Amino acid sequence: MIDVERIRKDFPMLQNHPDLVYFDNGATTFKPQQVIDAVMHFYTSTTSNVERGDYPIAAEADHLYNGARSSIARLINCRPEEVCFTAGDTASMNQIAYGMQHDFLKAGDVILTTEAEHASNLLPWFRMERESGIKVEYIPVDRQGVIHIEDVEKAMHPGVRAIAVAHVTNVLGSVQPISEIARIAHEGGAYMIVDGAQSVPHRKTDVQAMGIDFLAFSGHKMCGPSGIGVMYGRYDLLQRMQPIALGGGMNARFESCGDMTLKNAPYKFEAGTPNIEGAIGLGAAAEYLLAIGMDEINAYETELRAYFAEQISKLDNIEFLNPDNASGPVTFNAKGVFAQDAAGYLASRGIAVRSGNHCAKILHEIIGTDQSIRASLYFYNTRKEADRFVAAAKDISLENAVGIFF
Amino acid sequence: MSEESSLLNDPEVLRELIMDHYQYPHHHKLTEEQGYHSVHMASDSCIDDITVQSLIRDGRIQDIRFDGVACTISTASTSMMTDLLRGKTVAEAKEIIRNYFSMIDAKEYDPDLLEEAVAMKNVYRQANRIKCATIGWKAMQQMIDESEETK
Repeated sequence: MIDVERIRKDFPMLQNHPDLVYFDNGATTFKPQQVIDAVMHFYTSTTSNVERGDYPIAAEADHLYNGARSSIARLINCRPEEVCFTAGDTASMNQIAYGMQHDFLKAGDVILTTEAEHASNLLPWFRMERESGIKVEYIPVDRQGVIHIEDVEKAMHPGVRAIAVAHVTNVLGSVQPISEIARIAHEGGAYMIVDGAQSVPHRKTDVQAMGIDFLAFSGHKMCGPSGIGVMYGRYDLLQRMQPIALGGGMNARFESCGDMTLKNAPYKFEAGTPNIEGAIGLGAAAEYLLAIGMDEINAYETELRAYFAEQISKLDNIEFLNPDNASGPVTFNAKGVFAQDAAGYLASRGIAVRSGNHCAKILHEIIGTDQSIRASLYFYNTRKEADRFVAAAKDISLENAVGIFF
Repeated sequence: MSEESSLLNDPEVLRELIMDHYQYPHHHKLTEEQGYHSVHMASDSCIDDITVQSLIRDGRIQDIRFDGVACTISTASTSMMTDLLRGKTVAEAKEIIRNYFSMIDAKEYDPDLLEEAVAMKNVYRQANRIKCATIGWKAMQQMIDESEETK
């Protein structure tokens, strides 16, 4: 089991805010000193552009930038050249959707997803549907947002050419059976696309063992910087896929007649000067997580969540929306109190959570409510914090929520 | 100080007012009658989603109504506004709205003009809730502006 007190010392945000209970890790996470140092080192000692300089610090920047790629490759068990740096999960999902439309699918083909997805795994497909006649269909999920394999089998038909789902959903923390879904996808000749924004930071992700063809995730939700993320793609598929952005650094040569030759993946997906310090910081974050161990992180979080969920489920004033899920956020409403009012009250007690519909605006069709409060944990959270949270949650009432204004 | 305005300085009374307007909002039903202006306000950053309707005729606000899903502050502030602006002339309404926005900005305002809406006087302390306290009022401001443009 991980030593949480020792880990907390790595995080300046935790040290600088000793009275804050930060349970908004689904939105973004704090950064350990190791990540901050890696970014600072680039700024103070190795600043230069990558892949074009002939002097020593440029070579060092290249070394660090591509070293980060190798760290990510170790994190998700792929080859470094299958790791494309992007601006984040959203940018990755948009590139994947663009590639599907441009290079893999044709009008009439179908992509399967679910109604529990984040906007970044729906809106790019909606646009694709409008623009190219590729159709979006839904695999049903249960009231906890979970996909059942028999429903995937039922949803499959010869027109289905891709399945795109989150490994862990962002509102309910439903863990989807990716390996089994991927097997069904591949048997039907479909690509398996996974939104890993809420899973890669919290559990072991092995793209080969799980049969993932494309994976997207963000750096800032896994202790890394904002504005950096990853698109993983199986190498042969990346080679077939066109990048959204064209420009410097991604072409091998071009002529005045308009002919151009693109570099190989991953470089063709990294047009322009990349977010070098972001990538280096993300590499440091991956190393930090790997040093603790993804299985250890997951075991600790699962145990902490179970403890927290049990306390929350005992509160009479709380409607607990995802009691059967073992992972991800604890999502709830306080009876008779609008989610934002309840979050405001928790904030007055030093607790940070998210309220609203969490960018999953069609999920209400499944869980029957538009709004909820999402308390999302990370491996640096503690039982003591969970206790403080529960004590405050017990006091959420309309009267107290309005009381914060007086 | 009048008895009423001293009551409106009591935090307990103001809190009760907000709760009451939230649980039992006034004029909380839209109409299909002709002649009404309507503004749909959906906040980008939260899930407040309300529609405000008004009937402005002969330089006077004859009616205001609203409906939708919103937090306590949005609902109560809009409900209070409907009480306050119904029957007022457009000129009076503009002055009340101007004072209300001043209060929300923590600037000088005339509490006597705002009556129960002074319950919102501390919202400025929670910067992220200012949009809640102004969502319905902005809708009304917009309808007044439009009614003046189309004159």
